[in-house]
Amino acid sequence: MTESPFIIDQPEDMVFRLNRRTLADPEILTREQTAIFDKSWIYCGHESEVSKPGDFCTRTVCGRPVIFSRDSAGDVRVFLNACRHRAAMVCREPCGNTRRYNCFYHGWSYNQDGELVGVPGEESYPPGFDKANFSLAEPPRVDSYRGFWFISFNPDITNLKEYLAGATEYIDLVADQSPSGQMEVIQGTQEYDIRANWKLLVENSFDDYHLLTTHKTWLDYMKDSGVQVEPPKGQGLLLPSKGIGKGLGNGHAVIDNINFRGRPVARWISIYGEDAKEEIDEIRAELVERLGDERAARVADTNRNLVIFPNLVINDGSSVTIRTFWPVAADHMKVTAWALGTKEESERARARRLDSFLTFYGPGGFATPDDVEALEAVQAGLATWRETEWSEMTRGLNKEGEQLNTDEEHLRAFWREWNALMTADA
Amino acid sequence: MSDKDITRIDVEDFLYEEAALLDEWRLDEWLELLTDDAIYQIPSTDAPDSDARNALFLIADDATRIKARVKRLNDTEAHAESPRSRTRRMIGNVRITGRNRTELEVSANFSVYRYRRNSPLRHFVGRYEYRLRVTEKGLRIAERRIILDPTELGTLGAISFIL
Ligand code: FES
Ligand SMILES: [Fe+2]
Repeated sequence: MTESPFIIDQPEDMVFRLNRRTLADPEILTREQTAIFDKSWIYCGHESEVSKPGDFCTRTVCGRPVIFSRDSAGDVRVFLNACRHRAAMVCREPCGNTRRYNCFYHGWSYNQDGELVGVPGEESYPPGFDKANFSLAEPPRVDSYRGFWFISFNPDITNLKEYLAGATEYIDLVADQSPSGQMEVIQGTQEYDIRANWKLLVENSFDDYHLLTTHKTWLDYMKDSGVQVEPPKGQGLLLPSKGIGKGLGNGHAVIDNINFRGRPVARWISIYGEDAKEEIDEIRAELVERLGDERAARVADTNRNLVIFPNLVINDGSSVTIRTFWPVAADHMKVTAWALGTKEESERARARRLDSFLTFYGPGGFATPDDVEALEAVQAGLATWRETEWSEMTRGLNKEGEQLNTDEEHLRAFWREWNALMTADA
Repeated sequence: MSDKDITRIDVEDFLYEEAALLDEWRLDEWLELLTDDAIYQIPSTDAPDSDARNALFLIADDATRIKARVKRLNDTEAHAESPRSRTRRMIGNVRITGRNRTELEVSANFSVYRYRRNSPLRHFVGRYEYRLRVTEKGLRIAERRIILDPTELGTLGAISFIL
């Protein structure tokens, strides 16, 4: 029996279907580890998390424990967190600053540059044993774009900037919020899990079609707080009045909307309080002075949910969120989310940004828990994939040119790339 | 009631009463236990001692937001809690850790079990840090801060109910 395809992509016939098996079958996940995650550039960390020599954060990327760190010369380095002796993790703290990475098992130790500098009882090794051959290993490729560091286990992958393709424009819109172009990750990490396939969170992160029904209580909360929740009419700006959804190349995609929910940079809403108006005006004035009217409006008056293929989401809306997620099983993922702020913002602006984050996002927010529930409901339904094979993903397929944020062109962009990678060796 | 008369037993009675209201989803009555300036906070698990003004929390509600949270949870379209979780809280090791003329500081350990639909048991473990105000109507909650013990929420999913 031949396998049915992962997607049926026939825009000329107005057909785009997704095989539900891609979200439910453990075999698919096994193939994804090598065909997707090990082939792509994967987000590892933000430069601000390791600001001084010796700073480190340990995390797991593509199933490998890594040390995201800054070396003695002040450069960002990523080491595989496995001793060259017998593989024990050499660093077991989540974050910190260190002079040495000490493997406690037999006592080998490494400096901030990953060089093996201490071997207890070194004289018992045979001639030819050279510490220089046992530095901590590094991923084959490490690169950054505007403070966002990525690694790849694919030595032949194109350089990061080329890989990011049209997504760089959207990362620029984030970094440009800071007068110095420097954003920083704010302390406090939200880590939670969802009993659903990781790709469902890709879809959900920029699926605006679900807003009215899934997030009714959040919209009510905004209304109760005096926020205008309808997108303003006839306000052309750079976008259609309701926003657009589009692919950005290489599987990256975005929804790009006129803002109506407020933005700490730099669009006031009533929830921020009257006394915040003046400061938000000042933030906006700085943007206009530095970037000009048009670019300032682009930065301040649109919000954007960006998916960088395969598993990085940057939501630049009521706050700036970095979110990444990893499959634990075909029906289970772990999610990590950080808040990003400008380096220069005042204490009050920082507090406002964080407060704004929590009204919508996170495991205790007014919206994310309902997304979690939606995804878990989908996953439960997916157990019927053998009986009902296809999911429908055709919204906007009949449109020439720009498509709305509530259409599904951006979802299709992700799935097309996913399909291309998964079928590349077949 | 003057604060000097208040004993640990009074505080325990109060906390048990609160736990019952929350487990029984009597959220409007629970709101009555809060002061007008109450706050409800859960720091992120990797920054348990931080301040919500400069660290990302899981929950950082002021009194207005707490009311909005209850309004949301009373709506059947709060999908994450519709149908509602069944929760059961165990509170112990209650200590009065500080007091002044109008307020008590109280610390208590908790173990909250949560069942929902077909999902497996989710077990929240940690400590409550309360600031209780002595009022004419009795004790009232001015601050309710929850320190979770797990290093990450991991398999606990969302905190869609009042923890
Ligand atoms: S495994 Fe690290 S010293 Fe042996
Ligand atoms: Fe959502």
